[in-house]
Amino acid sequence: MTAVEPTNATKVRVGDLSVFYGEKQALFGVDLDVPANQVTALIGPSGCGKSTFLRCVNRMNDVIDGCRVTGSILLDGVDVNDRTLDVVQLRARVGMVFQKPNPFPKSVWENVAYGPRIHGIASSHAELDRIVISSLDRAGLLKEVQDRLHEPGTSLSGGQQQRLCIARAIAVSPEVILMDEPCSALDPIATATIEGLIDELREKFTIVIVTHNMQQAARVSQRTAFFHLGEIVEEGETGKIFTNPTDQRTQDYITGRFG
Amino acid sequence: MTEGRADAVGIHDDEAARKRLRRRYAAERRFRAYGLGAIGIAMLALVVLLASVTRSGLPAFTQHELTLEIHYDAELLDPDGTRDPEVLGRADYAKPVRAALASLFPAVEGRRERRQLAGLVSKGAVFELRERVLAAPELVGTREPVRVPLSDEADQYLKGKIRTDLPESQRKVSDRQIAWIEDLRGRGLVHQVFNFRFLSSGDSREPELAGIWGAAVGSLLTLLVTLLLSFPVGVAAAVYLEEFAPRNRWTDLIEVNINNLAAVPSIVFGLLGLAVFLNFFGLPRSAPLVGGMVLALMTLPTVIIASRAAILSVPPSIREAALGVGASPLQVVVQHVLPLALPGILTGTIIGMARALGETAPLLMIGMVAFVVDVPDGPLAPATALPVQIFLWADSPEPAFREKTAAAIMVLLAFLIIMNLAAVLLRNRFERRW
Ligand SMILES: Nc1ncnc2c1ncn2[C@@H]1O[C@H](COP(=O)(O)OP(=O)(O)OP(=O)(O)O)[C@@H](O)[C@H]1O
Ligand SMILES: [Mg+2]
Repeated sequence: MTAVEPTNATKVRVGDLSVFYGEKQALFGVDLDVPANQVTALIGPSGCGKSTFLRCVNRMNDVIDGCRVTGSILLDGVDVNDRTLDVVQLRARVGMVFQKPNPFPKSVWENVAYGPRIHGIASSHAELDRIVISSLDRAGLLKEVQDRLHEPGTSLSGGQQQRLCIARAIAVSPEVILMDEPCSALDPIATATIEGLIDELREKFTIVIVTHNMQQAARVSQRTAFFHLGEIVEEGETGKIFTNPTDQRTQDYITGRFG
Repeated sequence: MTEGRADAVGIHDDEAARKRLRRRYAAERRFRAYGLGAIGIAMLALVVLLASVTRSGLPAFTQHELTLEIHYDAELLDPDGTRDPEVLGRADYAKPVRAALASLFPAVEGRRERRQLAGLVSKGAVFELRERVLAAPELVGTREPVRVPLSDEADQYLKGKIRTDLPESQRKVSDRQIAWIEDLRGRGLVHQVFNFRFLSSGDSREPELAGIWGAAVGSLLTLLVTLLLSFPVGVAAAVYLEEFAPRNRWTDLIEVNINNLAAVPSIVFGLLGLAVFLNFFGLPRSAPLVGGMVLALMTLPTVIIASRAAILSVPPSIREAALGVGASPLQVVVQHVLPLALPGILTGTIIGMARALGETAPLLMIGMVAFVVDVPDGPLAPATALPVQIFLWADSPEPAFREKTAAAIMVLLAFLIIMNLAAVLLRNRFERRW
């Protein structure tokens, strides 16, 4: 937006966000600031609304029948629910990686090329190829798939598939990447690879990650928000949340007493 | 080993347990036997059906012909020598045929006898001679041996379908005719040939001239119209209902009605076509266009239901993935959902088409049951369809039509098999390979 942007300016500012699924309210007036170029972890017991929160930021909730969102979500100061903001453009700026790896049933190359192609980012095939290769490289997958670029993406292992999905997300050059439990289906080694990747991606992207793994949250994030029953109980620097939480519920959750 | 564990082994190892196990295996074997039996019955029924149809239908694919030495008498055909196609077309070609027959049996005298003799040769011989001369007017004035079809009675006799042990008055071929036929056969003038007429011409009152091609083209045109209407409309409706329509009372109502439509008897669609397309919009009767429209109405629910099921079976994670990188809803449908749903959609469509191909009742209502001699040359030309042709022939009194009926059923079955093969090939072509 502005020419000079402080590194840790607020990228996404959520104010008084409430979400209803029909009659049922899933989020109750949530406020959260997501700083740019940092990893923000969302933790909390199952069903507390972390995914719901995440899906509001790139308006994936639009497609759910009977889902209603109130409050404001400002991306660089512009409300994502603003009528003037095109949802397709929004999703190009806010990418998403899902809990279960979901590559398209197409080749590895096609998977990564799809986003840039529909957004018209590359002007030539050569440029598209460059984007694909660099995205795979940044996702730490290139070495493994170099000579199987034209094999189906679904033939990769689970961890490779998840990194393929990350490559697919970063190929569109988003500003924010939302990750919903990206490692929940992976083994410790694949998880470590992706955690390392997240740490690198932080330089260029703002990352919001949902995780059930406290060590993971502590390892990869700079800030942490603890959700409980549709509200944010506590939010702050990761170090502080994990060592010195102010709320009893946070304390109980982190130490494994409930959740 | 502890006491409890020994007990546990005992429970699973005593006489009662072994009996339970034996009973379970017996039940399994019985179930398999039932399954095999069911498949056996189905296969047997199929084999009996195919065998009986083939047995009675195969003779229709051959036809006996007689070689006649035809003299294209210029005096008779073209007295003025103009070779004008109009004159040649109006000329009487029955005379050369009768003359050729008479020259084979000079002893035959009297009107009745001569009529019987002429009855050996099909009435189609006259038309075929006319076609020959019109195509090559230089034949006038020359002689050539020509093969003409025998009449259906003579043909049936030669195929052994006429019982000669019956008294003469109870069969279609008289003793004299039998003698002539045997005489001709002895002279080597009778040949049994492949019946191209059956595969290449339209219907006829003369069984030996009647062909299936007119009905086959009628069916093809009708199905083409059906496909062009029901496939795009059905898929579009299914996509809209599955991907875009909000879930509310109206869409529920639509869904219930589509399911109801699928169960409506086909003749009702025929009545609808009669009332709307013919009486209200004044479209022509007996036209494949109208037949196709009626069958499209009938097929539409099948296509919609199959397409919806196929679209529904595409995993939602694929949609989320595409939406997540910023695909518009239309792109999601066109680039991801439809390609994955296509095999299912095609299967449903072809099942619907196969049903439409075998449908008779609605076509009767809109006049496609008419006696049509010409092979239809477009969707507005009068036509009939394969199942209707079968119905018409099955209803004809001439015994020769009996074998035509069976042969027409064979052609219809061949069509169905080709369509199902196409379905399998298309499926394999579009099936997701990973
Ligand atoms: N599509 C939906 N329709 C109705 N209710 C929903 C829907 N999605 C989520 N909910 C409800 O909203 C609440 C929050 O769900 P959400 O998926 O955000 O939880 P979560 O924190 O992501 O849980 P988990 O850690 O198990 O993924 C839950 O009570 C859930 O039942
Ligand atoms: Mg979740």
